[in-house]
Amino acid sequence: MADQLWLWAIPGLPLLGSALCGLIYFLGLERRTAPSVGAHGAHGDSGAHGAGHGAAHQDHGAHGAPAVHGAHGTHGDEGDAAAHHGPSAGARLASLLACGAMAVAFALAIKGFLDLRALPLGRTALESPAWHWIRVTGFEVDISMVLDRLSAVMCLVITGVGFLIHVYSVGYMKHDAGFAKFFAYLNLFVFAMLMLVLSSSLLGLFIGWEGVGLCSYLLIGFWYAKGWPAEAAQKAFVMNRIGDASFLVGSFLLVQLFGTLDLSDIAGRVREVLADGSNRGQLILAALLLFGGCCGKSAQFPLFTWLPDAMAGPTPVSALIHAATMVTAGIYLVVRLNPLFAVSETVMLVIAIVGALTAFIGATTALVQRDIKKVLAYSTVSQLGYMFLGLGSGAFASAIFHLVTHAFFKGLLFLGAGSVIHGMHDEQDMHKMGGLKSKMPRTFLTFLCGAAALSGLPLMSGFFSKDEILAFTFANGGVYYALWGLGLVTAAVTAFYTWRMVALTFFGEPRYDAKHVHPHESPAVMTVPLMVLAVLSVLGGVLGLPPVFQVTHALEHWLEPVLEPGRAILAGHHDGHLPHPSHLTEWVLLGVGSAVALFFAHRGFHAYKAGIQKDTDRERNRPALAGFLGDAWRIDTTYAEKIVQPLKLLSFVTYVVIDQFGIDGAVNGTGALARATGGALRTLTDGRIKTYAIWIGLGATGIVFLWMWS
Amino acid sequence: MDLLTWLTFLPLLGAALVLLTPRAAEGAQRMIALGATLAAAVLGVLAYQRFDVATLGAQQVVQIPWFQWRDGPAIQFKLGVDGLSLLMVALTALLMPIVILSTWGHVEKRVKEFMVWMLVMETGMLGVFLSLDLVLFYFFWEVSLIPLYFLVGIWGGERRIYATIKFFLYTLAGSLVMLVAVIAMLYRFNTSDIAALTDQASSLPLSTQGYLFGAFALAFAIKVPVMPFHTWLADAHTEAPTSGSVVLAGVLLKMGTYGLLRFCIAMFPGAAVQWAPLFMVLGAAGIVYGAFLAMAQNDLKRLVACSSVSHLGYVILGMFALSSAGLQGGMLQMVNHGLSTGMLFLLVGMIYERRHTRALDEFGGVAQSMPLFAIFLVIAVLSSAALPGLNGFIGEYLILKGAFDAQRVLAVVGVLGVIFGSVYLLVATRRVLFGPLTKRENKELRDLSPREIATLVPIVVFIVWIGVSPTPFLAKSQPAIDVIVRRCEAARTFTAGLERPAAGPLGQSLDPRAASAVQNAQQR
Repeated sequence: MADQLWLWAIPGLPLLGSALCGLIYFLGLERRTAPSVGAHGAHGDSGAHGAGHGAAHQDHGAHGAPAVHGAHGTHGDEGDAAAHHGPSAGARLASLLACGAMAVAFALAIKGFLDLRALPLGRTALESPAWHWIRVTGFEVDISMVLDRLSAVMCLVITGVGFLIHVYSVGYMKHDAGFAKFFAYLNLFVFAMLMLVLSSSLLGLFIGWEGVGLCSYLLIGFWYAKGWPAEAAQKAFVMNRIGDASFLVGSFLLVQLFGTLDLSDIAGRVREVLADGSNRGQLILAALLLFGGCCGKSAQFPLFTWLPDAMAGPTPVSALIHAATMVTAGIYLVVRLNPLFAVSETVMLVIAIVGALTAFIGATTALVQRDIKKVLAYSTVSQLGYMFLGLGSGAFASAIFHLVTHAFFKGLLFLGAGSVIHGMHDEQDMHKMGGLKSKMPRTFLTFLCGAAALSGLPLMSGFFSKDEILAFTFANGGVYYALWGLGLVTAAVTAFYTWRMVALTFFGEPRYDAKHVHPHESPAVMTVPLMVLAVLSVLGGVLGLPPVFQVTHALEHWLEPVLEPGRAILAGHHDGHLPHPSHLTEWVLLGVGSAVALFFAHRGFHAYKAGIQKDTDRERNRPALAGFLGDAWRIDTTYAEKIVQPLKLLSFVTYVVIDQFGIDGAVNGTGALARATGGALRTLTDGRIKTYAIWIGLGATGIVFLWMWS
Repeated sequence: MDLLTWLTFLPLLGAALVLLTPRAAEGAQRMIALGATLAAAVLGVLAYQRFDVATLGAQQVVQIPWFQWRDGPAIQFKLGVDGLSLLMVALTALLMPIVILSTWGHVEKRVKEFMVWMLVMETGMLGVFLSLDLVLFYFFWEVSLIPLYFLVGIWGGERRIYATIKFFLYTLAGSLVMLVAVIAMLYRFNTSDIAALTDQASSLPLSTQGYLFGAFALAFAIKVPVMPFHTWLADAHTEAPTSGSVVLAGVLLKMGTYGLLRFCIAMFPGAAVQWAPLFMVLGAAGIVYGAFLAMAQNDLKRLVACSSVSHLGYVILGMFALSSAGLQGGMLQMVNHGLSTGMLFLLVGMIYERRHTRALDEFGGVAQSMPLFAIFLVIAVLSSAALPGLNGFIGEYLILKGAFDAQRVLAVVGVLGVIFGSVYLLVATRRVLFGPLTKRENKELRDLSPREIATLVPIVVFIVWIGVSPTPFLAKSQPAIDVIVRRCEAARTFTAGLERPAAGPLGQSLDPRAASAVQNAQQR
């Protein structure tokens, strides 16, 4: 029954909001305020660039505000307008439209959720009328909006967390000259993200998939006048494109196998297609290719290096796009097509290994970063790795559970970091912070909640979701024991770097220049979203309390219909039983998880409570290790040396040697040859009777000889 | 007279009017040219709307006896639209007013002659797409070549003479080979009617088909240009005035791909099936090769020219997949390329008019001085980079899907082009628009004028329209494409079954029922 036209309004409203905000920007309405001269430029996230490049730490401070700031103020020809005068009417209208669109979309998502609950038994999805997008003979793509139990969860997170981040942005971006443009992009992003999770077709999902990539590009490069955000944006787009190329090939394969790109069709018919044994290899290939796309979008090894650079964007963007929503698209895709990925244990293992490896690389890199946003960025890479580890272990529901709690606590931490950066006048280096807990108490307390959840302290939301993933990994046995071990080590590292961050930022003596920097608490429009997210981060665990607590795992129960086909196939690999930890194992693992988290959180906190001595020591005593970790295992540097440079050279050689010299040389050579031939032949007709007589004589002799011969 | 005759000759009429004006009356000359192209655009839209999808074969046909030499074939002046030409006609008609409007900025000398040549060229191009007679087609084909010779040669850049002679001789060499094939066809079948020839030519022995296919294909491959015949293009584009580049990329190159479709593939399906792998390889190679060339460029216009080689590689790759998706994608991509590359050339021209340089390292931070320009450039780049929701994606996806079904490896090569494409486009965008605004000249740039916006907005409308709702556009050509696909499939089964040069009648008439009947018979 495809009669729920209103479902189109869920992505439609943010699109409308985006269009209206874009119009406000285009017409320049937001600039119509009293002129301001020489006002201090809008604030921004300076100094992120180059931070975290390990050995380059010494000169970190040099990246600091002055140079960057000057450029920033001139962003757009509107310059510093509105800087000290508060938002204009146009800007206020833009924020109202954008937040309003989000609020209504959130309300609609709740309505959808309630409608889903009220559905009669046997029906688990609502569907809108279809949009006939592409139709050629033998290939049709119809897209409708489908709200099923999985997309409902995603919609609630996207619109809910998204709404809070929109509200926060009103405060955070208040002084920015591109205020309306910012909200236009942000709303466009939400539209694309909702399109991604609601589309009935893989190609519709791809509209959202590339659409969020585009918005990410636009928002990372939002302060393009500074230069390096534009480079970071370009890098993000290209690395995503590499994954998307893999996605595209996977989609061609799926069309061949299933004759359609309809997601529920594909998910429902995997077993049927698998029945023909010769298709198995193709299915595996398709799954791996799609996973390649996930590696790009969800920043997994080896394509994760764009995400830390993406921190060049405004901090609310980092919270919304690069932590809570967009980067989880890969997890969504795997869960959406779970039967496809479940076909092969090898595929599952590949996903689990990539996840565990990424989790470990991300966490160890976060350990030594000085830039607070870089810590959170690598932490996000790492947490996404956990989610893929869960997927690879067959714990689809746990991955979604962690996705949800991560959206809460990482969104919170990013917004908290933004509040700190805001209060510190654009300082992001934690070595130049310290002792902020009394200056910004609300930010501090909410940040603590987020940190507790991220580090997996007992009974926090992150504790339940992360430990569930680890328990499932453990239950798989075999190679998975090793992955579980890696996951546990990562958990320890996570607890350490989280509390290092808390200690460096909020505790100890102030290390900033108190004469020039006066930290202050952010306005309510920013702190209220923090508080809401803090509550969610602490209590989010109730969505999925472990079975040993003798209550239903609410989320798992809810997602049951979506996950059933994949589980059935998975169970086939294990004599009909899904690997599941026993109650005893689960208690033990919960205990181990709690102990590790508490112990290393304590270690991290105490090592840095007093100041930065520990970092300085490490850089002096073990510079190689600090550099290696600081530079994210030198993966990015390797790409630059081993791939980017050779490609540049190759393209140059192609142009100069093959094209200009080779092919065009042949073309011009043909022309030159024709000329030369003509020139040579011309000498035969030199206009002298004598020459002609000789030729006539020679010709006649030739003919005579020819005649005699034959 | 009929709609299509009016459509074809209105620009020529405009040219005649321009000739009557005094040399100094530049304003009048511009307005006449704009009026004539606008009127032609209206007629083009009218022809598009009158087009009936249900009717197979040519529609709105105009037929007048032209000449006959002794007892040779009776040459007809015969025009009409069908599913293969409709989109091209519409594209030409809609693009020309935009091109004329763009000349306000960069054509200052000898306006009168410029407008005359532009209008003559439009008649030539429309004639190429509308001709239903082979001789008439060849006539228009050559007619459309001459105006560009003068447009580049007189109003071009520094090395314009070199570029002009190169492209003229190169394309002419190809055309002459085609002329041999045209004459051979006329003698063989004693008719010059394209529909009749299409029906009969597929009954030729496979070897003869191969020669004729080769002769036509060479001419068209040079025109497209298919790699490795592409080197004239970069020079011609770089030296041509903006409007010349837009017409060249937007329409003239499409005459090559259109020719490949209408003559090589539709007339000689047997040979097309045999030659398809080679062309797919050239297409895929062109995609990556063009992208590599583009990455190495510092001249923005040359970069766009190289990207054309890459984009036309997609068209070739898709068309020679000889499947519905591939051919449809190829058709649509011809339109898309005209829109997005045309728009890119317009934008390059706009910034060149202000800065008098196209070197990438001369720019940086232009988005701050020209925010509107930045918006349009980003849209054009995204369209060119095939962002889903914009036109380029539909074409590229269908092409790559079609190619994947035919030759997996080549499709994967084509997909690599998607990555490289985003690299050179985004790098160029960043180097022009983003970063700090350091150069004084760039700070003083004025943003787009209303006239310039007016040239860009219609293109943006179509970029979004085709991207969001491609089906109505695709539907127009679907029946014609279906016929071609069936003919190719029949040829494939036939040659596969025989394993020797085909002697019997391969061809089916344009009636699909008959075609499928023959196909069924063969399968039995």
